[in-house]
Amino acid sequence: MSERYEVRLSGAGGQGLILAGIILAEAVGIFDGKNVTQTQSYGPEARGGASKSDVVISGEEIDYPKAEKLDLLLALTQESYETYRGNLKPGGLLIVDSERVKLGDDVGKNTKVFAAPMSKVAREQIGRELVTNIVALGVIAELTSIVTQESLEKAVLQKVPRGTEELNKKALTAGYTLAQKSSVSMS
Amino acid sequence: MSKQPDVRLMQGNEACARAALLAGCRFFAGYPITPSSEIAEVLTRELPRVGGKFIQMEDEIASMAAVIGASLAGMKSLTATSGPGFSLKQENLGYASFTEVPCVIVNVMRGGPSTGLPTLTSQGDVMQAKWGSHGDYSVIALAPSSVNETIELTIRAFNLAEQYRVPVVLLLDEVVGHMREKVVMPEPGDITLIERKKPKCPPEEYRPFERTPDLVPPLAVFGTGYRFHVTGLTHDEFGFPSNNPQEATALLVRLKKKLEHNKDKICTLRTFQCEDQPEILLISYGSSARVAKRAVIQARAEGLRAGMVQLFTIWPFPDKRIEALCRSVKAVVVPELNQGQLIGEIDRYVPTGVPVVGVNRFDGNLMEPSEILEVVRKVANKGCL
Repeated sequence: MSERYEVRLSGAGGQGLILAGIILAEAVGIFDGKNVTQTQSYGPEARGGASKSDVVISGEEIDYPKAEKLDLLLALTQESYETYRGNLKPGGLLIVDSERVKLGDDVGKNTKVFAAPMSKVAREQIGRELVTNIVALGVIAELTSIVTQESLEKAVLQKVPRGTEELNKKALTAGYTLAQKSSVSMS
Repeated sequence: MSKQPDVRLMQGNEACARAALLAGCRFFAGYPITPSSEIAEVLTRELPRVGGKFIQMEDEIASMAAVIGASLAGMKSLTATSGPGFSLKQENLGYASFTEVPCVIVNVMRGGPSTGLPTLTSQGDVMQAKWGSHGDYSVIALAPSSVNETIELTIRAFNLAEQYRVPVVLLLDEVVGHMREKVVMPEPGDITLIERKKPKCPPEEYRPFERTPDLVPPLAVFGTGYRFHVTGLTHDEFGFPSNNPQEATALLVRLKKKLEHNKDKICTLRTFQCEDQPEILLISYGSSARVAKRAVIQARAEGLRAGMVQLFTIWPFPDKRIEALCRSVKAVVVPELNQGQLIGEIDRYVPTGVPVVGVNRFDGNLMEPSEILEVVRKVANKGCL
């Protein structure tokens, strides 16, 4: 991929979106060898509030480091979906947590939509809602070709706290499976 | 066989801390403040591992004082802060400049004034870096726009501080401080380090503020037998207070000349698309320089002859080079994350009649390339080209 590809991971503070952005950037930049920038914005609160993490991927030098026209938007809350859906480019991919986000009838034309209960899967299958961010990364790896599953797994294992490796591996696999089972719809 | 390069994904603030260690920094005093805290966080772990000292002081003022003390005791010293802390440090920053104590002050700029927008970006402190303390003093200020540049300029900040016995302000902004990018960490053998000049004379002949031909007097390490006086009062060559008009003039003139005469060596910048005498020249620094670069690429694609200059050294201001670069341009555009600060300084070196237009954003967000492009287009259509 030599062209610029822009990803935004968005939701609430405390959902681990900045960590997910770092993991994705590490997988793509260090293990897959592409150029990458990861930036973020968050409020003064430790939890709650809006949180977003942008990952820009390119085969070339990255000048403007933030996402401008999104190729992929992950929204884990209604608020983040409402705030950022307008930034998706035509043909872009929208991934939402179906348990938390109610899609409007007016969801952008020409947008690919993937809605799946990522937080529910994290809670019920893995036993920790905390790993929703890792489930979401699994979904992204399965649905797109921006990162190889091998690199993603390496990056996840390098970044998560010791003792939680198995839990996070399970979360990644749950994400792959979720993406295989459900389908992407075109609105 | 050559070693594999050490490639890592690293945050700007972490890169600053690690580069400081590579530059030989062995003392940090500070007080945590967003968005600079990661610099302190990394150094709490790493400094003790290399025999250095980390101290969290009671406040920003004391941190700056501790940095000055540690440097006089021979340590390369660092503090890191953001706007509100940078304001508090100003009196001691002036003291460090006047007493010629090498040190590095990182200011990861956030939205201001006052407490402002703690987690969001800004370039609102560029004039404060030069004029924030009272009196006629000089410092050096550098501004990186990427994580790799942060490594390079942090090392350079320590080298300049040591070489010229001067405080160096490293101006990151929140975007650069918190952004993660791929970096190649230099090996210790790959970088050139400059150490402060020490006295060669016996202690009884030592003059810590001697008017040496190179304008930078040697600096003895406290506790090595060279006893000398350090004061914020105007002082003679021995460091003792003096009201003598000749002494005062000589000292102030030397301090100004010290940086002025070495400006060509201190100031660095980078040009982009300037080979064909651009008609519209963008001048920027820090994170907004990256946006400007994108805007230049887009403007060129539309057939507009745009080019850009990225300043790495903001103070002393590279006046002659900017003057030369602006000699034949038709318009100058200055993107900044403030209401227009460095534009005033730039304007002084642009020929009369050439418009100098700012692109300013100060809501805590990095501007978008389209905001700059729009101004470039407007300038091009005004008929001034």
